[in-house]
Amino acid sequence: MTFLGLPPLSLVIYFPLLGVLALLFAGRMAPAATRWIALVTSGATFLVSLPLYGWYDQAQGGFQLVEKVAWIPDWGVKYYLGMDGVSMLLVLLTTLLTFLAILGAWNEERHTREFMIAILLLEVGMNGVFLALDVFLFYVFWEVMLFPMYFIIGIWGGERRLYAAFKFVAYTMAASVLMLVAILYMYYLYFHATGEFSMSLTDWYKVSVGLQAQYWLFAAFALAFAVKVPMFPFHTWLPDAHVEAPTAGSVILAGVLLKMGTYGFFRFAMPLFPQATQDAMPVLIGLSVVGIMYGALVCMVQPDMKKLVAYSSVSHMGFVMLGLFALNTQGLQGGLLQMLNHGVSTGALFLLVGMIYERRHTKAIADFGGLMKVMPIYATLFLVVVLSSIGLPGMNGFVGEYLVLVGAYQVSPWAAIISASAVILAAVYLLWMYQRVFFGQITKVENQKLHDLPLREMAVLAPLILLILWVGVYPKPFLDKMAPSVAQFLVMTHQDKTQKSPALSLEQAHPVSVSEPTSQSVELQ
Amino acid sequence: MTFQLNTNDMLSILPFTLVFAVGMLVLLLETLRKGKSMKMLAWVSLGGVVLACVANRQLLGQGLRGFGGSVVADDYAVVFNIIFLAVAFFTILISMRYLEDRGIQDGEYYALVLFATGGMMVMASSLDLLMIFVGLEILSISSYILTGMLRRDHKSNEAAMKYFLLGAFATGFLLYGMVMLYGATGTINLREIGTHLAVTNLGQNPYIWFGMGLLIVGFGFKLSLVPFHMWTPDVYEGAPTTVTAFMSAGPKAAGFAALVRVMVEGLGNLHDHWWLVMWILAALTMTLGNVVAIWQDNIKRMLAYSSIAHAGYILAALVVANIEGLSAIVFYGLVYTLGNMGVFAILVLASDKNRERVTFEDYRGFGYVSPLLGMAMLVFMLSLIGIPLTGGFVGKFQIFKAAVEQGYLWLAVVGVINSVISVYYYLRLVVVMYMQPPTGASLQVRPPFNLALTVAIAASLAGVVYLGILPSGWLDMSSRSVSVLMAGF
Repeated sequence: MTFLGLPPLSLVIYFPLLGVLALLFAGRMAPAATRWIALVTSGATFLVSLPLYGWYDQAQGGFQLVEKVAWIPDWGVKYYLGMDGVSMLLVLLTTLLTFLAILGAWNEERHTREFMIAILLLEVGMNGVFLALDVFLFYVFWEVMLFPMYFIIGIWGGERRLYAAFKFVAYTMAASVLMLVAILYMYYLYFHATGEFSMSLTDWYKVSVGLQAQYWLFAAFALAFAVKVPMFPFHTWLPDAHVEAPTAGSVILAGVLLKMGTYGFFRFAMPLFPQATQDAMPVLIGLSVVGIMYGALVCMVQPDMKKLVAYSSVSHMGFVMLGLFALNTQGLQGGLLQMLNHGVSTGALFLLVGMIYERRHTKAIADFGGLMKVMPIYATLFLVVVLSSIGLPGMNGFVGEYLVLVGAYQVSPWAAIISASAVILAAVYLLWMYQRVFFGQITKVENQKLHDLPLREMAVLAPLILLILWVGVYPKPFLDKMAPSVAQFLVMTHQDKTQKSPALSLEQAHPVSVSEPTSQSVELQ
Repeated sequence: MTFQLNTNDMLSILPFTLVFAVGMLVLLLETLRKGKSMKMLAWVSLGGVVLACVANRQLLGQGLRGFGGSVVADDYAVVFNIIFLAVAFFTILISMRYLEDRGIQDGEYYALVLFATGGMMVMASSLDLLMIFVGLEILSISSYILTGMLRRDHKSNEAAMKYFLLGAFATGFLLYGMVMLYGATGTINLREIGTHLAVTNLGQNPYIWFGMGLLIVGFGFKLSLVPFHMWTPDVYEGAPTTVTAFMSAGPKAAGFAALVRVMVEGLGNLHDHWWLVMWILAALTMTLGNVVAIWQDNIKRMLAYSSIAHAGYILAALVVANIEGLSAIVFYGLVYTLGNMGVFAILVLASDKNRERVTFEDYRGFGYVSPLLGMAMLVFMLSLIGIPLTGGFVGKFQIFKAAVEQGYLWLAVVGVINSVISVYYYLRLVVVMYMQPPTGASLQVRPPFNLALTVAIAASLAGVVYLGILPSGWLDMSSRSVSVLMAGF
């Protein structure tokens, strides 16, 4: 299972660098050429990453396609990659969204070459984050991917771009350096427990951690990831970053970067510190519910389309967190699936808002009205995406949110009930926005001559709409791919890790029963 | 008492003797130069540096001791000498065009750089308080003169005067401290002081405390630790840019080389008593350096405060004082040197005869005017912040790792929070270069090609990136070098 004899995961991660090199050393060229180089590179990256779906064997479970080489031997740091069903799907999401973001940013005329370089470097960092199993390596990718995004917001952003870009970096850095201290502390705990240095996550899973230490370490990890998600009350960087970022930046930010936070909880914070996770569950469920409601309520009064979508992310990511912290099969499946759904739907929403912004250079809802008449295709596609984001049955959002709510109800009926009402609010704010933008008479002269979507823009949206319907109707393949990881995760988060625990073998884990999750997804069809 | 010189004696002093000798040669050539270009002197000096580096490399792993143990060429000295020689190498490379542009026609410049370098090498190679003092004086006096090298520039004069007065003051502290230690233990040899402190209960002797305190104050001035840092920004701003480059890296590293010898080899047994002082100094130094750097508009002043902050990080590694921490000092020393030299090389390259470009405003839009230089500057800034894949990250990581290992958790927390503060002012240069439109004052054309400066920038860039991606070799080297110091424990 290799690609031309190259290790597949490294190939996927570093493939975009080919495009970066071409852009760097091909000298000054026409913007069109740089676009094509970037598009072809990202398209090829997507194609290279596609076989990972087939290669991941869910009957076997655990981490697969593992690459493990010594990197800094004295410190026990390894170049250690591996994927499970969750990271595989997130990588596919990343490569797809990067490709679409580049296609969507076709008209970016300012410093096109640098823009494309930044996006391709960002792709390297994001895929690295999802595939790294060495904590040092993970941290490297985690920090490195900040800077391309910083540039994307800071150079190609809107009016307050410098403020937004710095806020983005400062928030993330401030939270993640504390995680660095926690990583070092965990590293020494591992050393004291075993007598050897290792930064491998799979090794760390095996050692016990005292309760007090778990609290502190969980807090540090959780803070870093909560800022990224972002969870209420750490979300304030998000509206600024989203509103100022160019469309491609928003798409990747919402589609992939936010997932890194929830992925971090799923992969690091929760399984490493299960007792702390269980004890923190009420707090985090509470914050998730507050985030869900807060995001939805702010959306109701947003006059700006992009800001509305940004705040709806706060609300939707709250669902993901709620699902993860329900700590049961349905919640977890729903949360993980909702990560993908949010990437697809919100990515599509930002692309749609970007398309109209490109035509009219405004994002204010009040500047539009009656667009249905001049842009029927646009209006239809917009509607599909809006309905998916609301969670209409038959669309992807419904499957994820339903599972999350089922899971949450088992641990906290109130949390589930309050969150369910936010689904209604979502329908209110999204449909109200839709109504004001597309229905009624055309009130502004500028809107009369808007041209509908050309082929390129339809091509950008088509794969996302396809995914929206596919996941909505038949989510089983996705849930199946994630099932072994879900089962494994539940075992890890329910074991008593303050005691010496029997070693978990993760790399070649024994086949985990997939019956329960499968029956759940069958029910939904 | 008869005293016989043997080969070991001669070999152990060979590296810095070579540097001094070439310095003398440069002085001699200067008198014969008669108006010809100063470039020739620069190339001779570079040759001397390379020669000394080769000689120095031969001593690695030999652990030579000469002159009754007052001079040592152990791995610690050898590795620090590599750093000092790298500083000298880069300084000479970036000086050639700068001196021409600023109209400095004194060949003594190169001789003084070599003497200062030799002084630094003496500091790292001696186990003897007096030898350390002699090395420090050679270094300091050369630096005072270099600072005032722009004779017609009153800022340069002011800087030299300030540097001289405060430096002399600090020297006094150092000497008093050494005298007290001598009085208390009866020896000036650090190893012997160490054994004295280990076997007899000299810890109760007040002279030890006075001596240690005065030494810390003296070193504090030389290393510009807060609250002894006041001179640094003015001197860095006033000195010729290339001299600032030299001073921000070289004397710092040398000061730490000597301080580590004194505190670990001499006073290591008193670690329980001095770590808290150092802890406080480290926290103050990094915090003040980083916070004040935010307000600077002049890049040289910003780098001055940044160098104060970095001294704080390095001092944190001394607080830890285990093999990991001490080797972090060595590793960080090299990484910081490379990154800083790269930045100064770019500042020099972007300046020309008419105008020195040292404010943030000068670099508006620089990233598009000169994409490669902009990219290099970006990498240096990321390394100074400590972002992964640059040497700066590995260096900081090692310091914090050592701190957590020894239980100095809060020191690590203070350190990482400081790293975040530093993001603001390092990224400010990036913001200016890439995110703000050029104005009249900013550089509009690509600076002309210059071989020496390009070599300097490319070499430091390669070093910073190499140490960030494949740090193992230099990590091994640095931990091997400091294990010599810890041998006594």
